[in-house]
Amino acid sequence: MSGFVDRINSGARKVPTWVIYLLLALPIPYLFYLGLTGGLGREPIKALEHEYGELALKLLIVGLAITPLRRYFGVTLIKFRRAIGVMAFFYVLAHFLVWAILDVQTFDRVWDDIIKRLYITVGMAGFLCLIPLVATSNNWSVRKLGPKWRKLHRLTYLAVILGGVHYIWLVKGIQLEPLLYMAVILGLLALRLPKNKQPQARRA
Amino acid sequence: MANRWINTLKDSDVTPETTFLNRRQMIAGAAAAGLASIGGSLSAKEALEPNSYEDITQYNNFYEFGTGKTDPAANAHTLVTAPWTVEIDGLVDKPGAYTFEDIMKAMTIEERIYRFRCVEAWSMVIPWNGFELADLLNMAGVQSGAKYVAFETALRPDEMPGVRFPVLDWPYVEGLRLDEAMHPLTIMATGIYGKDIPNQNGAPLRLVVPWKYGFKSIKSIVKITLTDKEPATSWNKANAREYGFYSNVNPEVSHPRWSQASERPVGGGLFAKRIPTLMFNGYEEEVAGLYTGMDLKTNF
Repeated sequence: MSGFVDRINSGARKVPTWVIYLLLALPIPYLFYLGLTGGLGREPIKALEHEYGELALKLLIVGLAITPLRRYFGVTLIKFRRAIGVMAFFYVLAHFLVWAILDVQTFDRVWDDIIKRLYITVGMAGFLCLIPLVATSNNWSVRKLGPKWRKLHRLTYLAVILGGVHYIWLVKGIQLEPLLYMAVILGLLALRLPKNKQPQARRA
Repeated sequence: MANRWINTLKDSDVTPETTFLNRRQMIAGAAAAGLASIGGSLSAKEALEPNSYEDITQYNNFYEFGTGKTDPAANAHTLVTAPWTVEIDGLVDKPGAYTFEDIMKAMTIEERIYRFRCVEAWSMVIPWNGFELADLLNMAGVQSGAKYVAFETALRPDEMPGVRFPVLDWPYVEGLRLDEAMHPLTIMATGIYGKDIPNQNGAPLRLVVPWKYGFKSIKSIVKITLTDKEPATSWNKANAREYGFYSNVNPEVSHPRWSQASERPVGGGLFAKRIPTLMFNGYEEEVAGLYTGMDLKTNF
């Protein structure tokens, strides 16, 4: 186990973060290209919207997993966390733009949906939470804000919960996938509860 | 007693079979034998082109085979559609199990090019082949006490991977008021583009009620019950606030989570423009009379 962890850690040290930015950015134009050329099925607008939205949620979840991975397994991927968070924001942005411009199509209808349709209100709230986070995802802000930076970035927890609720709420009927996402989100957040509640897990 | 209604939608350039050209009825105007309305509303005169066979058969909601739009096309091949029987019971003179072959022998198959509007706000135009539900119900002999018709989809966990998870309370059930069921626009579809209806579209026979949201048009029917009580319907059971018994297409009554004022025609690619949704999906002339005096906002 520890040999495996060491290999991951030493491998991660060799990967520059710009590689992560690039790898995570590529699916955005690629999925758009698929949508244009029939690769996303007979109705590509909703398909593209959902692809971006789901990837955004996945990245937010991966971001949440970084700290527990270090704490419980000693896997140190912390240097990629900013790239993951920033790219999660750009997926949410892409999701929002596809929804607003290609799906809903007019400003009136977009505004109507945001204020009238609660699951969209919730999604928008999650999106707004991410804006101050992406704006402060740079070394200067970390230095300038000091301890306040950590506090501010706890907004991620709210944003990811709102994203999970948005997903559960938008599907018809009882569907497994959004519930699984929510379970993972809540599990990762539970690991952050005050440490005295998880003594065994900490020693493991 | 078939051919009471004549298509007003026009031919498609994408029709793969040229043999269809001479069968298509290209007459504009809604006047048709057996229909009270004469002349045409704007919507009836409008010429619509059917979606491609691929649009119709590769973008489906049939949750028994999965909730993704391409899941039914990928998974529904496991459904065994022959032999198939439809049990017709309740307030009928001749209850019993009717085989698909016997039904087909007794029915006149015709083509109906209908708009299809999903409650999710996408739409298609589909060239169905089928027969009027009224003819099937008359074959069984509707008794005078019957007021509603209940329908049930096959429930076969071995052939339907989607029913392992309770997305809905299986089996899928639907219902119509008797006058809706007997309306000449209401058909049982057995084909699309002149081919046997594919499994993902509800083989071997499904309901098509073109003025209602698509989920009313229940697929792969195994049971029809004539009753004097309003039957339970699957989506209404799942969420009564969002899905009513009637579920008539109505641009003025929003779904609680989205507007129904406009729709996106499937097949227009990444930049497809939304179009306004028509009252009763464009069949107002033909069916508005069924709901005279009813508040369509409360009876949604």
